[in-house]
This record gives sequence, C-alpha cells and structure tokens, in this order.
Amino acid sequence: MADSAKLIAHLLRRAGFGVGPDEIAAFGNLSYAQAVDRLLNYDTIPDTVDANIGQPGYLGTTSNGPFSPNTILTDAQQRWLFRMVHSQRPLQEKMTLFWHNYFATGFDKIAGVVNTAHATRLMAAKASEDPAGQQGQIEMLRANALGTLRVLLIQITIDPAMLYWLDGNTNTRAQPQENFGRELMELFSRGVGYYTESDVYAAARVFTGINLQTGDIRSPNASFSWVYRANQHDTGSKTFSFPIYADGGKTIPARAAASGTQDAIDLINALAYHPETARRVASKLLTFFFSETLTPRASDLDYLANIYLQNGTAIKPVLRAIFMAPQFQDPATYFTRYAWPVEYVVRALKEVGWTGYSAASALSPLINMGQKLFDPPNVAGWVLGQSWFSTGAMLNRMNWASNLAANQQFRIATASAGARSSPTALVDFLTSRLATDLDPAVRADLITYASAGSTWTGSDAQLRTKGAGVVHLILGSAAYQFV
Amino acid sequence: MSITRRTFIKNGVAAFTVSLAVPRFVSDLAYAQGPASRNLIILDLSGGNDGLSTLVPYTDPFYYSRRPTLGISPGTVLPIGSDSSGKALGLHPKLAGLQSIFNEGRLAFIQRVGYANSSRSHFFGTDIWSTANPMNSTGSGWIGRYLSTLAPPLSPLVAWNTVGEAPHMFQGTVAVASIPNVNGYAFQSPTGGGEGVLERAAATSIASHIPVDKPQVAFVSTTVQSALATLDTVASVGQVKPSIAYPNNGFGQALQAVAGAMVKDTGTRVFWVQTGGFDTHASQDTIADNGAYVRLMVTLNDGLSALYTDLKNQGLLSSTLLLSFSEFGRRITENGSRGTDHGAASVMFAMGGGVRGGIYGTSPNLSPDPQNPTLENAAGDVTFETDFRSAYAKVLDNWLGADSVTVLGGNFRKTGIDFV
Repeated sequence: MADSAKLIAHLLRRAGFGVGPDEIAAFGNLSYAQAVDRLLNYDTIPDTVDANIGQPGYLGTTSNGPFSPNTILTDAQQRWLFRMVHSQRPLQEKMTLFWHNYFATGFDKIAGVVNTAHATRLMAAKASEDPAGQQGQIEMLRANALGTLRVLLIQITIDPAMLYWLDGNTNTRAQPQENFGRELMELFSRGVGYYTESDVYAAARVFTGINLQTGDIRSPNASFSWVYRANQHDTGSKTFSFPIYADGGKTIPARAAASGTQDAIDLINALAYHPETARRVASKLLTFFFSETLTPRASDLDYLANIYLQNGTAIKPVLRAIFMAPQFQDPATYFTRYAWPVEYVVRALKEVGWTGYSAASALSPLINMGQKLFDPPNVAGWVLGQSWFSTGAMLNRMNWASNLAANQQFRIATASAGARSSPTALVDFLTSRLATDLDPAVRADLITYASAGSTWTGSDAQLRTKGAGVVHLILGSAAYQFV
Repeated sequence: MSITRRTFIKNGVAAFTVSLAVPRFVSDLAYAQGPASRNLIILDLSGGNDGLSTLVPYTDPFYYSRRPTLGISPGTVLPIGSDSSGKALGLHPKLAGLQSIFNEGRLAFIQRVGYANSSRSHFFGTDIWSTANPMNSTGSGWIGRYLSTLAPPLSPLVAWNTVGEAPHMFQGTVAVASIPNVNGYAFQSPTGGGEGVLERAAATSIASHIPVDKPQVAFVSTTVQSALATLDTVASVGQVKPSIAYPNNGFGQALQAVAGAMVKDTGTRVFWVQTGGFDTHASQDTIADNGAYVRLMVTLNDGLSALYTDLKNQGLLSSTLLLSFSEFGRRITENGSRGTDHGAASVMFAMGGGVRGGIYGTSPNLSPDPQNPTLENAAGDVTFETDFRSAYAKVLDNWLGADSVTVLGGNFRKTGIDFV
C-alpha cells in the first residue's frame, strides 16, 4: 500500500470504522486533505443508508418478527451497527458514538421506569418513527454530531431519555434533584475540581420546573416530551463559584417563574464557554481521535480550546485541526489506539466480509467484550484504553473472531484462490488484506500454523480451513486490537 | 476523570511491561500454604449504598421525620442489638439470611466509615476507595499493591475478577484474570477438533512475542497469554457442583464461581464481586416487595447466604473473608423523588469464618442540628468516625498477614474495630 493510502486508511480507522470496499471506492482517489473534507462535510452526502437494511449484499439483520428499531433494543443495536458498517458518512457515526459515551445514558434504568419498548424509542427512534415526533437521544446526537457543545447541552437538558436517566423528571421546587446539575458540571462541561457542592445545589435549583410530560405509559403510543412547569421553578437567585455572565457576575438573578427557563440557558451558555470546558472537550476529542495513552500537551489543549471558543463552541473546526495536525498524520501514531469493542467488530466486518453474516450475531459478543450499545455502564461512559482488555473480554474478542471467520470461510477461500500456491502465499495475502502492523515473528507463527497438520495441497477445502484459521488468529492477535 | 484514567493507563502499561521478566504463567506452581492460603473477597456495592437502609437506626426519631416515605418501620426491621453507644439497630427486612449469619457471630458491621471531605462523585469516590488515597485518585489500587508484596511464584489466577472490567482497586503490577462467566472462558476455533488444537498452539506462540517498543501491544499480548494459560483451570472450576443452589442472577453466579475456585484450589488470593444499582436518586422504595432498594437487598441477601452456606458445607469458611464497600453513603433526608442523593460516610460489613461478629463504631445521631458532630454538610450527611483505611489495615494486618503500613503508605491502624 502506498504511503498516502496508508495515511488515509489511518484517518478512516480513527475518523470512521476502517476501510471496506465502499471506502476504497469513495476515498481511493482523494488526497488526504480531500479525504478530511469529505469526512467533515458529510452534510453534502445523502443519508440513505437505512434503506439498505434487509437488502442483499449488505450486513444482515435478524429479528424476532418485523424489524422494529424503534421498539426493540436489539433491532436498534443492529441498525446502528449496520450504519457503522455501511454509512457513507463514517465520521457522523463515529461522533455519534463519541457523544453516546460523553452523555452516557443507560437503557436499563429507563426501561425499568417505563418499559423496554418505550425505552428503545427514547434512545433510538427517529422522529418519523415516534407517535409524537419525538427524536430519540441517539438521533438527536447524530443530528448534532459536529454542531456546537452549547446546543448539545441545551438539547440534552430537555432530552426525555436524559430526564429519566439523571432524574430531571422529578426535580421540584420544594426538593431540587441534584443528579443532573452535578453531572452537567462534572462530566458534561467543567470537570471534577472545577465546581463546588454549593454549585451543585444551585444548579439543581436552576433546572427546577424542567420536567418530563408523558401520555399514558401503558399505551404503546404514549408521548414523551419535556415540559416547563413554571409553578415548580425556584424563582430565587442562584449564586455560583464561577462566572455566569460576561461581566464576571456569578449570580443568576431572581426572575419571574414564567421566564424561568432562562436560568438554564444562562447557566449552559456560561458552562459551554468556560475555558475549563473548552480544554476538557479538547482533551476528550484528542483522547478519542489521537491517543488515550499520551497525556495531551498543555499547548495543544490551549490551541484546540481556542479554536472551540473562537467558533462558538463548534466541534467541527476542532476536528479539522486534529486531523490536519502533523502529529496525527505521523506513521508512529498508526495502530496505537486501543480499539473499542464496536470499532473492533465493525472494522473486522469491513475487512473480512459481511455477506451472509447477521449483525445479531455480534450483539451478545459485544456485551461480553464490554460494550452494550445504548447501555453504557454509568454516566461516565465506558472506561477506555487498557481497561477494555481484561482476560475475559479478550477471549470474547477472540471467540467472536472465530465465529466470523467460520461464517465467512467460503468467501475467504474464494478471495484467497490466487494465493493457493503455498501456506506462505496464503498468509501473506490475508495479512495484506487485514491491514495491521504484524511482527515478523507473528507472520512466521501463522505460516507454521498454515503448514501444520495435513500436507499442503491448496485445495478449496484447505483454503477454507486454513484461511478461516489464519483470519481468526490475526483478528485474535494483540496487534489487531489497535486502530 | 478521563485525565486520571489516562495517567493511570500510562503508568499501568509501564509497570506491567516490567513485570514480564518474572515467569508467572506456569500452571503447576506450588503455592504458599498456611495462613497464606486465606483469601479475600471484595464486594463492591456500586452506585453509593444507602447504609441507613441496610443497617437501620430504627429508634432514632429523626430517621423517620427525615425519611417520610423511605423510613422502614420498627416492626419490620430485623433487630441485631445495639452499638456501643446504646443505639438499637436492625437489618433491612429482606436481610434475614445475613441476620442468621450475624447470630452465628460471623458477620460484622463497621459504622460510619469514610474519610474527610468525602467525594460525592461516583467516579472520584470509587477511585479513592480503590487507591486508598483521598489525595490522589490515580495510580495503583491497594489490593494491587498488596499483590505486589507476595513472593513469587504466584498463581496466574492469584487475582480473580468476576466482572468484565478489571477493577481499579486490583490494578498494579500483577495480572488480574477477569472471568465474567466461567463457561464462556474457553478457546474457540472456526473448525474445531485437531485444527482447534493447532490454532490454540499458534495463538499461544503469537502471544509470546512481546514487542519491547510497543507497550500497548505488549500489554494485550500478556492479557492473551494470561487468558490462554488459565483456560483449563477455569474450565475445571465450571465443573464444580455447589453444595446448594445459588441464585440465578449475575451476582449469584459470580459467587458460585468464587466458591468453585476455592474448591479447586486455584491459588487465588483475592476475588472481586460486584452488585450494582445502588444509585437510588429516585423511587428508592425500601418497603414494597418490588421496590428498588428491596430488590437490591434480596439480591445481596440471597447471594451472600448461598455463599456462606456453601463454604460452610465445604469446610472453606474458615479461610474466607468477604469485605464490602461502596463509593459513598447517601443523603439523610429523602429528596422530592422519594430517593436519596449522594452523601458521605456509610457502613461496611465483613463476613467469614475468621470474623468477630458484632457492631463496630457508633451510629450517627440524625438530628438536623447543624452543630451535630456526627453529621456534616449542614447536618445533611453522615460524617466519618472510622477512616476507611483503618478497615483496610485491619484486613491486611490481621487476615492477609501483610504489612498495612507498606501497602497503604501510612499507619492507619486503629483499635476498637477488631472485626477480624
């Protein structure tokens, strides 16, 4: 592979989910800068991917009855995996995953309050799939994937799934609920150490009155939407330890109940524009796209934070700066980021093949690898990096790879037909196809394996057995766990 | 939080790579015997357990006035006596199994455990309980540091984690096996049979190449090595038939695996088990049969009762100590959502054959007087009486035969909490 192709493949692993036939077609003739443009300016590419679900030639889905991603969680999970594999807008899916981890909201708690069908709707439904036209949380995040943090914070404040998740639905004037106000400052903006306990109490009072309005939840068509209940709003002034207004004022003034939502807007505007928030967002994005093991340099954080602040808290210019940075493009960066379970699975599907494979077959393995889509473990999201790689989780990656390789053995054998001359030819063909950075000693082990057992004949049956075995071993190797 | 994790990950990789010089992954090692055959089970009640609903101060009038819907009535609590201050205490009504264990003298409660300026953040709080350092939530865990003091050779299963993610408390230089499901802990291959044997040999060889210039790849390689080296032993644990039935939920199955590992003498010194859902901000419901907190107590009671009985039947109780913790307690006054918000100090408990059962420490006085010395945060939260590191020190010194000063980085020994 030419160096420029390697660089774009690196970009697509980080800013997307890897390189499959569709990416080769779309990005094969682009310069690096053009590839960055295509990824960032996805609004110009029609979003038609969901129409291909169930069509031949694509990743399959399996459902108990009609495919219903707005009421059945496993169908919603399959639809998202399908989008990750097939979307022509890979960065939009990647950033949706980023925000899902950032605003980590868990399906299980919501399902415990309402029911699994409603909870699926609240997380995953498109507006067109909801009886009341309410967008599910992930759809909202997808729509705002490269937008401003300021708007995302406002949208998440009134998101019905979030109102359940952090108990905003129970926030009353008499007894303010602290959960959302705390996490807004700890996880969604400034970060630990940059707020006090009294800020938490003040923030809880700010959001009083912003509640959830539901129809009869026994009905499958029950509506869910945010509502402002002026009589539940605490109209008193709220003082913070940090500035709320441009003049340095730290107190949100007492105001009439009718205009109480302005309290929330004032607080969110302040939080979104705080330098602490800007640096925290920059750090999160660097961790996600560049490296989770290198501590970001203060100068890099300041540089990115400044871009964020100069552009009205917009994410897109920050990402452009990351992708265009020489450090990001340095070959020493390739294959150094621990792949999340969904990144690992989707990349393997793109590189090995998906015809005849159902996304449903990856759902339980993904949970066992530690990542259940729509259901992160807690509000801080998944613990990244090394923590994905416990012994049990790694065995589950290896065993899922075995399942995929067995399923795809005929395709692997067909694709390998030109490499039937020797075990070495087979190994070299498959290692070139499964782009990774394999140690020569690993290649030698693979050749030893391909040569072991029966005498080499290069028959179709042998290509199936050994081809699937080699694919399994590569996908299960340490080197393949990095993007 | 991400910054602290990242710093840890960086340090962790370095530490792990260094430890590779020691050949740990040998299956037929002779393990140290005698007192060193004792094991410790750490139980994480994740989410911040409302200790006042576990160990109920049912004669404190403020308990009822501050908890109009969550207060558990005196007639339904399971009385277990009084603490040294004379305050009567009772267990949650669903903890009948724990009451029996208490009555056998094998269960101890330590009241008001915590630390100064308690973090009300789940993640910071968990990190602090893990590192045992309120000033620094990054770096190795105290159990990880304890494991580093053990003389090699160690079993590759010396630290057995029953959930998917390796707990921060166990992280250090010694490899931790994470075994969320003993039956899924196996090597599969696309073809199986003889081909599977060849593949497993190849996978083992591939994992043996540790690139010195790529610490992350080296880390994953050692994870694969560790997994492959322990497969057969773990499979044998999956075959163990317990002496009684465990609950068919994640917590129960994890405890069954722990007991199985003890039966098979896997050389494990520390186990990690977890049961979650304690972040009860809303609809905590401590009373109705399907109430959120009631279900938490049922899970806890049924799992621990099964473990206790099984270990007793198999003669393993005397070598086992279970220690619970949670990242913080909860606010005393219930909120408008009939739940409780993040608080400070709370109760720990210890169970096992070597436990001196009883109630240690004193209960808080729940009077909302801002000057009340047993409370903090304008009498909103319980303030600590026993530093959590003193409980750790007791376990390290008196049970594990380690030096708590070395492991904890200071002398936290305290009299009056001689639960083990």
